[in-house]
Order: sequence, then C-alpha cells, then structure tokens
Amino acid sequence: MGDTKQKDTTKSLLPDGWEMVIGLEVHAELATESKMFSPARNEFGGEPNTNVHPVCLGLPGTLPVANKKAVELSIRVGLALDCSVQRCVWSRKNYFYPDMPKDYQISQYDKPLNIDGKLELSSGLVVGIERAHMEEDTGKSTHVGASGRIHDAGYSLVDYNRSGVPLIEIVSRPDMSSPEQAKEYVEELRSILVAIGASDGKMEEGSMRVDANVSVRPVGADELRNRCEIKNVNSLRSVGRAIEYEAKRHVELYEANKVPRQETRHWDEAEGRTRAGRSKEDAEDYRYFPDPDLVPIEPSVEWIEEIRSALPVLPSQLRKRMSELGASTSAANLIVQRGLEAIVLEAIDMGADSKRVLTHAENNLADENAKNLDAGLFTDLIKMETGGELTATQAKTVLAEMVETGNNPADIAAKHGFEAMDSSDLESTLDEIIANSPDEWQRYCDEPEARGKLQGFFVGQVMKATKGQADGKVVNQLLQTKSAG
Amino acid sequence: MSEINLNSAAQISAAVKSGEVSAVKVTEASLAQIEAKDTEINSFNTVSGEIALAQAEAVDQKVASGEELGPFAGVPIGVKDLFCTEGIKTTCSSKILENWVPPYNATCVEDFLAADAVIVGKTNCDEFGMGGSNENSAFGPVKNPLDTTRVPGGSSGGSAACVAAGMVPISLGTDTGGSVRQPASLCGLVGFKPTYGAVSRYGMVAFASSFDTVAAFSTNVADSAASFDLLAHADGRDATCIPGDRETVSDVVENYDGLDGLRVGVIKELAGDGIEGFEPEVIEQLNNSVNALADSGAKVDEVSLPGLEAAISAYYILNPAEASSNLARFDGVRFGLREPGGNTAEMIRASRTAGFGEEVKRRIMVGTYALSSGYYDAYYAKAQKLRALLIKEFTDAYKDFDVLLSPTSPVVAFPIGGIVDPMSLYLLDIATCPVNMAGLPAISVPFGTGAHGLPVGIQAIAPAMGEARMYKVAKALEEKQNG
Repeated sequence: MGDTKQKDTTKSLLPDGWEMVIGLEVHAELATESKMFSPARNEFGGEPNTNVHPVCLGLPGTLPVANKKAVELSIRVGLALDCSVQRCVWSRKNYFYPDMPKDYQISQYDKPLNIDGKLELSSGLVVGIERAHMEEDTGKSTHVGASGRIHDAGYSLVDYNRSGVPLIEIVSRPDMSSPEQAKEYVEELRSILVAIGASDGKMEEGSMRVDANVSVRPVGADELRNRCEIKNVNSLRSVGRAIEYEAKRHVELYEANKVPRQETRHWDEAEGRTRAGRSKEDAEDYRYFPDPDLVPIEPSVEWIEEIRSALPVLPSQLRKRMSELGASTSAANLIVQRGLEAIVLEAIDMGADSKRVLTHAENNLADENAKNLDAGLFTDLIKMETGGELTATQAKTVLAEMVETGNNPADIAAKHGFEAMDSSDLESTLDEIIANSPDEWQRYCDEPEARGKLQGFFVGQVMKATKGQADGKVVNQLLQTKSAG
Repeated sequence: MSEINLNSAAQISAAVKSGEVSAVKVTEASLAQIEAKDTEINSFNTVSGEIALAQAEAVDQKVASGEELGPFAGVPIGVKDLFCTEGIKTTCSSKILENWVPPYNATCVEDFLAADAVIVGKTNCDEFGMGGSNENSAFGPVKNPLDTTRVPGGSSGGSAACVAAGMVPISLGTDTGGSVRQPASLCGLVGFKPTYGAVSRYGMVAFASSFDTVAAFSTNVADSAASFDLLAHADGRDATCIPGDRETVSDVVENYDGLDGLRVGVIKELAGDGIEGFEPEVIEQLNNSVNALADSGAKVDEVSLPGLEAAISAYYILNPAEASSNLARFDGVRFGLREPGGNTAEMIRASRTAGFGEEVKRRIMVGTYALSSGYYDAYYAKAQKLRALLIKEFTDAYKDFDVLLSPTSPVVAFPIGGIVDPMSLYLLDIATCPVNMAGLPAISVPFGTGAHGLPVGIQAIAPAMGEARMYKVAKALEEKQNG
C-alpha cells in the first residue's frame, strides 16, 4: 500500500463498506530512432508496411540485436521511478497471432530490467512500482467483416510498421483505490516519461496504453480478491470509466453471493461496459523461456550513474520548487503540466515579481504555445505591469498576443494604445465625471451601503472615458481620497 | 591446369587468379558434374546456373582488369538450403518454404561472394536441419556418392554429397548437433564446426539457436582452414557473435611442423568401453589415430567425461524446445505455404499440418511440451542444468588437455531406410551433440575405413576459440593418413 492514505471523495462510487483495489500496467513506446531489435524506423503513421526490415518482419534467418538507445531510455525510466536497475534477460513469450511476425514476442519475464520503484502523485499518494521491463510491440491488425473481430472476419489486414517498436511496460502495485487516483497516476507517469524524453506519451496515437487490474474488498481489509485485467482502455477518461464500471460489477456480484472470475476483460467505450475475454482456465500458456538469440543486458554501475546524472529535474521536484516560490498546489500542477517552469524560474531570476509571474502562468498561459514564450520578454511585461505602465487587464491582453506572435510587450502595448495614463490626467477625467453625476456622487459619499455599487459605476465611467486604459486600482484610490477629502 | 580439379579450392583459386583457367570454365565444369551426377545423388534442391555463370563472369572481369581477387576466386560452392540467398529460393527442404525467395543474403553467403566464390546452388538437407541421415527432406533423400544405397549422413547431407561427388570443392552446412561433422565422417570429408559465436548466424534459418553454427565441408584440411578464416569474424547483426578478432588458422596448417608435446585427451566414454553402439572398426581407427598423433609428437592420454551419458537426453529436450519456438513463424500468414482455413487459426493449423514433415512435427510437439507450464522445471530447466554440468566437465578436461579426441560417428554410412526408429538415429549424435551443448569448436577428419570399406572420421575438439590447435591436430591426422 502507499505511504499516504488520503480522503477520496470518489470512494462513494461504491456502496458503503467496499473499496477498490487498482493496479495499472502501462505500455509506453520508447522515443527511439529505430526499432527495438531491427534497423527499421520507429515512427508513427506512414503508409502501411513501409517502416519495415527483414528483422521486424520476422523473416526466416533474421536475428534480433537490442537497440542500445532503447535500453538507455528504459534505464532512465527505471531511475525516474526510483527502481533498482539490474541485469536482465530477454525471454520469448510464445503465442500465435498474425500481427506478431515471429509468433513470439521478445519480452522480459523473470529477470526484468527495473524492479521495486515508486511513484509519488501530486496528491501525495505514493504508488509502488513492481517492475518496468522492456519488450517489442506487435503489428496492427484490421479485421474486415461484420464484427471487426478476428474470429469471424471476412479477411484481416496487418500493418507491420508498429511491429518491433520498443516498449516499456510499467507495472504498478495495487496501491490505488479510486478512478481519480488511477487517472492521476497515468497523468503523472505520462509527465515523467515526457520530461525524461523516454516517450511522447501520446495516448491518442497509442504510444501510451493502459491496462487496469481491478478488484474490490471490504473497506480496511488486507486481502486481494480475484481481479480482472481490463484491456483496451485508450484514453484517460476511459481509465476512470472502465475502473468504475468494473468495480461496481464486482460489488454487485459479491452482494449477490457470487465471485467474479479472474479474467481478462475488454473495455467497450461505446457501450460503457467491460466484456469477458479469456478466462484463466483457458488462458494461453506462453511457454516463456530465455531467448537464445540475445545475450543478457548487464548495465554497468558507471553507465547507470552516467544516465542518472543526465536525468532532468522530474515533475514532482518542479512542483515542489513552484510551491516554494509561493504557487498553490493546483497552480504548481498546472504550471508544470504546461511545461512553464523554466520560464517562471528565469523570469523571477531576471527580477520579475514572483507573484505576478505565478499568477500569469496559472491563469493566462494555458495556450500550448505558451512554453515557447521568451522569458526575457515575459519579464519585461511584468516589469511594465508592476511599474504601472500597464493595468492587469492590459497585461493579460498583451501577454496573449506575445504568445501568439512572439513580439515584444512594448510594441504590442503601443499598438493597442495602452499608454501609461498620468494620474493627474486620470484625476481630471474623474472630476469631470463626478461633476456630471452629482446625485451618484452624493450617495457615494453619504451612503456606505451603496458605496460598493457606485464604486463600480464610477470606475466603469472612467474606463469608458479612457477606453480601458485607466488602472482600476488607481481610480478606486482616487475615489476614496476624494470622498474623504 | 589441363583438367579442372574440382576437389581443391586452393588450386582453383590460384588458377583463376593467374588466368590459367577462367571462372566461367570452372563453373561450367561444376554445373556439368551436377548435371551428370545429381539426378541420382539428389544433393541440390536448386541449381542456380545462370546466376552462377553471371557471378563467374564478374570474377573473370576482375581478373582481366587486374583487380585484386578474394581468397576463393572462381571457386564454385554449394550452399545448404538453410541459408538465405538473395534472389535464390531457400526452402530448408520443407514444403512450407518450397517457393520462398529471401530478399537478403546470410552473412556467410555474403562472405563467400565477397571472396569471389561462385554459388552454384542450394543443397538438400534434412528438413530445417532435423535429422542425421538426410532422409527427412521434402525433396527426397540424398545418396552417398561412395555407395548410393547408403545415406550421406545429415542433416547437411546434400552439402557433403556434392563435395564427395566432385561437383564442388567447398560447401556450406550447418552444425547444430553434428550436422556437418557426421556427414563429413560418412562421406570421407573434412568438416568443421566453429566455436559458438565465432561465425555469424545471421541469415541461417534458425533451428535450435543456442546450438546452431555455420560450418563447411572440404576435401582437405587447408581448404577447411581457409573457409574458417573467411567466415570467422565479428558481426553486429548477430547478438551472440563474439566481438573482436579470431585466431587465423590457415597459417597454422601451412606452417605445420609436428605436434610438439600437444596434450591430446581421448574421451574414454566414446572409445569403445563406455557408451555402447560404436562399431569395432571405428574404434580400431580411433586407436590408429591415437598412434598417429603420438607419432607426430602429441602426448596422448585418456580423459573421462561422465556427463556425456545424459547429454543426448538433455540435447533432445533443449533442441526441440528452441525449435518449437523458432518454427512458430511458419504460419502461412506472410510467406511460404498457405492452406485455406475457415478462419486465421484454422488456416495456420492447416498450413503447418500440410507444410511440415514428420520429424519436424515430432520436435515441435516435444519442445512445446517441454516448455509448457507445469513441465518446464522437470524438463527444460533440468536439461539446462545438465548442460551446465557438461560444460564444466569440458572446462575441467581442458585443464589437462589441449585437444580432446573421439570418433565422429559411432558407425559408418548405413543403408537408406536402414534405421527408422528416431531414438536410434538420435543416439548416433552421441559424439557430436555434446560439443554443440558446450559451444566448442570441433573438426572431423577422415581416417581410414571401417566396415564395407567405408570412411571413418576422427573428431578433434578444442576449447572455445581454440580453433588453431584443433587445425593442428587435423593437419597431423591428414598427413599421417596420406602417408
């Protein structure tokens, strides 16, 4: 179990007295140039069967040779997840399927590369990592026919572009107890894989795929009951939905005095339900054995340390850094998720007001191009704002345009006519408005309960007169001074 | 060169280089021999005459333009039909690959082509290398040129027969449990297997990957040594291929000057009074070879390897286990025979049922069983322990000896159809398969004759990467034999 138990509102998804037990298996495609054991290109898309080579087509006589870059990226993943990196052995997983050219998959079985790690979620929950091992991906089948399934397809087409693409399979311990935690785990893992350059983490392109192991038990129990492995969960949203559906199904079975079978099930996104696949009794016997075509990988301590020292700062550490600068938990999450931490740090370093920097990063930089923002120009903008040259509203407008065009804030402000308003100009404008609205002014001065509403009236009038160039804060101050005087 | 002698690669290469004879003439002579003899012998599955003549012409052009030529200039060779040859059918003597044409060359094929050799065709063999008599071929048995009622041995029977019949001086074979050394012995040829990892396996259709080696036949030790020197090098396409340099053995053979105290250990269990089944004439020749080596300066003594008894049992677990996985890819989906079936699973079943022969099916069944959950520990894991034990025994033996000696085969060539029980055939591998289990280099050299005046082969086994001393012993045996 994780170190931190937290209150989780979603527990109410199940009837009283039940809790979910969730473990996830995440497959991520590694961001290498070539495939796991073949010189063919590792690239998404492309015409079917163009990124292929005799090796990843499993042609007779070909032999696999492990891609060193893939091993390095996998060690990076292991280190980022706090795993022990160890000597590992390639094994063959034998079963027949047309999209697997050799009719066995090269994987790691009893001696995986990475074991015994952990992943801390932004909520504080620590999820154990059982193992993170390497394997090769299969090709992609399209079954043409009524059901879209292999058994009664009219015919099937296979694209081997994906065949042999390097994968890392990250297996968590069953430490999660709600769909929210599971989604948080997937998001956190994804951000780590992207941050360390191991994978592009694109679920929509299938480069990150999730299988969920779900079971339920009475709240507080230690036991692990029969679990179901839910496959085909292809989006973050389905991760949550599939787990919720499956856990409820288990509780319903137990409450009807039945026991769920331990089996593989498939998530049907359209119908919002899981369906039985193979049960354990008629499960395939994969006949794992060490692959005699490959030699074990024995990463040296020097190599591991070299990889460790080149690891970038991880998202959890970045979030911590943001919090130290004064960001709220949710702001820190957003900033790191958007990849804005470098800009934030640089701008503060260059003397920008940290509060303004964090506020903009949280609220006004949601655009995905925002991470390309020049920190120097961002700093200039904030200095203009804190120096009174721009109002908060104007700064927001200028910032949006900076993200879009990359232009510098002074030019953008000038283009919009966001000139700094002299406070004496502002005062005379306000005096004029007061003179034209004597009743409102009287009430503003005499009736404290009406003051809030009328304050809005006067600020609005000033904004109208100055075409939005006035700083609302300054107008408020002037109003106060005048009514007191 | 008045008459083309197809028994010596060295002579052919020298004559072609000097311009004494053209590579085309040599190739034509080789093709003529095949034409004349192979209807009966059946050593070739495919004769690639046109491609061979084109290769020969290219060699002749190099000669004409004064370009530097490789060590096998204009030498016609036979290539076992288990090696991929770009543009030439590679069938593995199986119906399942009957019409498959690979898009690439095996590393060993590239090596011979780069050395200016000429590939005249693909040789018959036991299906996927599974057999010891070349009777398990989808394209009919190969006959022993020395007595056509008898087998040439196997699985590289075609590669042995085409050299023994004088069609080519060199042929490539594969040795997984004795598949080159045993037919060399039965056909009176020199046949070596390298240290596992000394020669790249890339492009050799896998049978039992941890035992498979690329090997060659020749009529004499010098040609054998030249073949080893050509083939033995690092290759980034085979993860089990050892990096770095290998010993050059041609020099060792050329500069041979006696054995000078080399310590030779005769394996007791394979010398007649241990494991049964050795013909007395074979043991007699072993004893003669011992005398010959002692006479050449070797110190000869007996050595015991008690682990050999169980080696065959372990071998026939591990070998089928690997084969069952290696042969899974022949499923009718992407290449080879496809038989119709109602759905994918039925199509795969129908294709494999129709495409594989009996022995291949037997090994797939045995291997699948040995790897199945619940049996893995009792069979596969236990056999691996025996393998480790055997390796240790060999390692210990090499503390006292430089080279170990045994007969290659317990028997001389036997009649076609003479041994039908698979277990009896498996037992004929007793002297050869332990060498593959330990990954050691070994060579079979013809030494005298046994029953029916048929040749006997003596096997010299060296420690890993110790090919040089192995060739020294081979040369000593050849010299004594030729008197």
